[in-house]
Amino acid sequence: MYVAVKGGEAAIEAAHAWLAAARRGDPAVPELGLAQIEQQLSLAVDRVMAEGSCHDRGLAALAIKQARGDLIEAAFLLRAYRTTLTRFAAAEPLETGRMRVLRRISATYKDLPGGQVLGPTFDYTHRLLDFALAAEGAPPPPPAPEAEASGAPMPRVSEILAEEGLMRREAPGEAAPPPDLTREPLRFPAPRALRLQALARGDEGFLLGLGYSTQRGYGNAHPFVAELRLGEAEVVLHPPELGFPISIGEVTVTECQMVNQFAGAGDAPPQFTRGYGLALGHCERKAMAMALVDRALLARELGEEVAAPAQDEEFVLLHADNVEATGFVEHLKLPHHVDFQSELEKLRSIRARFEAERAAPRAEAAE
Amino acid sequence: MRPGFADPVLDAQAAFRAVMEAMARPGRVLRLAAPPAPPPPLAPAAAAALLALADAETPLWTDAPEEARGWIAFHSGAPLLAAPGEAEFLLATAAMPPLGLLRAGSDEAPQEGATLILQVEALRPGAGWRLSGPGIAEEHRLAVCGLPADFPAQWAANAARFPRGVDLVLAAGDALAAFPRTLRIEEGG
Amino acid sequence: MLSRPEWIAALARASAEELATALAAAAPIPPHRRLRGPEVGLTMLRGRAGGDGAPFNLGEATLTRCSVALEGGPVGHAWRLGRDCAAAEAAALLDALFQAAPERAGPLLAPIRARLAAEAERTARRAAATEVRFATLAAMR
Repeated sequence: MYVAVKGGEAAIEAAHAWLAAARRGDPAVPELGLAQIEQQLSLAVDRVMAEGSCHDRGLAALAIKQARGDLIEAAFLLRAYRTTLTRFAAAEPLETGRMRVLRRISATYKDLPGGQVLGPTFDYTHRLLDFALAAEGAPPPPPAPEAEASGAPMPRVSEILAEEGLMRREAPGEAAPPPDLTREPLRFPAPRALRLQALARGDEGFLLGLGYSTQRGYGNAHPFVAELRLGEAEVVLHPPELGFPISIGEVTVTECQMVNQFAGAGDAPPQFTRGYGLALGHCERKAMAMALVDRALLARELGEEVAAPAQDEEFVLLHADNVEATGFVEHLKLPHHVDFQSELEKLRSIRARFEAERAAPRAEAAE
Repeated sequence: MRPGFADPVLDAQAAFRAVMEAMARPGRVLRLAAPPAPPPPLAPAAAAALLALADAETPLWTDAPEEARGWIAFHSGAPLLAAPGEAEFLLATAAMPPLGLLRAGSDEAPQEGATLILQVEALRPGAGWRLSGPGIAEEHRLAVCGLPADFPAQWAANAARFPRGVDLVLAAGDALAAFPRTLRIEEGG
Repeated sequence: MLSRPEWIAALARASAEELATALAAAAPIPPHRRLRGPEVGLTMLRGRAGGDGAPFNLGEATLTRCSVALEGGPVGHAWRLGRDCAAAEAAALLDALFQAAPERAGPLLAPIRARLAAEAERTARRAAATEVRFATLAAMR
């Protein structure tokens, strides 16, 4: 029997009011502004943009404030908001080779054209809590040092290897627009373009764990960071009414090229292959993990054995999205009262039968 | 160039609502409150339906001449196709493209069938064809002026491939009516 | 003299305040009307597999567009990242004005272009300061 019930409205309203008060915290403490979040929690903003799959720093900052700093909830809010907007256009692919570089390092070559540029990095910090930051009201740090910029081009490390014939070249693009998992459901086997889209908006923690697993032996990986870049890439559109391409601004992206050996198969000679990571904002860990997982997922195309979790595209792609994952996990806390009643009745009847059967032989023995 | 909807949000929503209502009550003639004033030969109701439904992600075909094509492309943002067979939306101002040539979707994805917005001379309720099917309690009558003579046969063929098929929005001036693919048409008497 | 793509690129990156200043300097503004927008939507951003291979969809970005027609004159268009409707409308109006008088674009946009160039230069100089200068130590045997 199904009994429709309603109620809880007053409780829900009170809960939401408490949530609003809890979000604000002690009113004696100054309220956090969006500009503060955008500027001073900028890597949280970047993560929400990458996983919310929508580049807008102001919206991401608002989502973080509303979500009380819960970044998965914030990504969820941003995803929900983007569904209210019309997609006007698709931009030309970002020319990351020509980005305005903030950081560019290679673990494979010490000396490379354009040099090793460290940029604003946590690397080489001591990971000691800096109590000077706890003293508020300190004057802002001095401006970062400057030096003469050479303006020398920064060719990709992968290109240097490819010219020697030691790096597998990427297949060129097709004329058709790439598949879009926000418009068509995922199907398997998924083409690489769809895998990269899913990974670019995938959960950083999930990808980090999978990437780590490939290093620890789950998947035959011996990766090197050929190149890690952070910079501002130009966004170019072709509005039909203009008839020529226009540059409409820059977005910050992080790119990682991860090099892996490949033994060769069939006609393919032994060479390096690359996994690729690209994500909105400054998110090195994400871009590196994405590159590791992208390379692991190339196993099928390269004729390698598919044995490890990171190589299993259904497993990876169906579980990488934290908005989907949180929806399904968290729905379990919604009322399942009726479902559970039926489970309960079923268990009681099975239990009764079990007790009866256990009692029966004793009854026979007593006779 | 002429502007599109005076209020792009509310007028587009009102037009969407009208198309939805027309699809839910097949053959009923609805008048749009605030359609745009498109360049000729576009009918205001056809233009309103198109702007409410089409966008940059819906390939569009139209037989409209140059100025009207430019207006449609600019305000809808939809990519214009040369051949009607691939279009998701079509706007015919003159001859009706044969229904059998248009996208009909598949049994798995019948929603991919095309929607044809067709300009006709007049929509006259209360006379003409007897319409029946989902959304019509018993019977509804509508006379449509300006359809090809073999329209009933084409429509029967369209309905026969259900769930695949083409949906039709008929527009005359600022009025419109819809023929979803489930609609049955009988000659009046 | 600036080309139209050059002034469109500057208009897309200018702040609302900078555009208001440029519009004030361009006075008197001839009669005009909105043709489309300003309206906020999205553009899909794309990358390429491996940086140079086949395109894939990276994620979206907010985008604001606006088109304005000068009375009896050209139509100006603006497409900008972000959600600033006032800036998009001002940019569309300036695009229309510059089509009618291209020689005005350079002087009116000079402060904006100078700021953008200075910011790019400062970023490049900061990056250069973090470039590693390797010093070879005594060779080990």
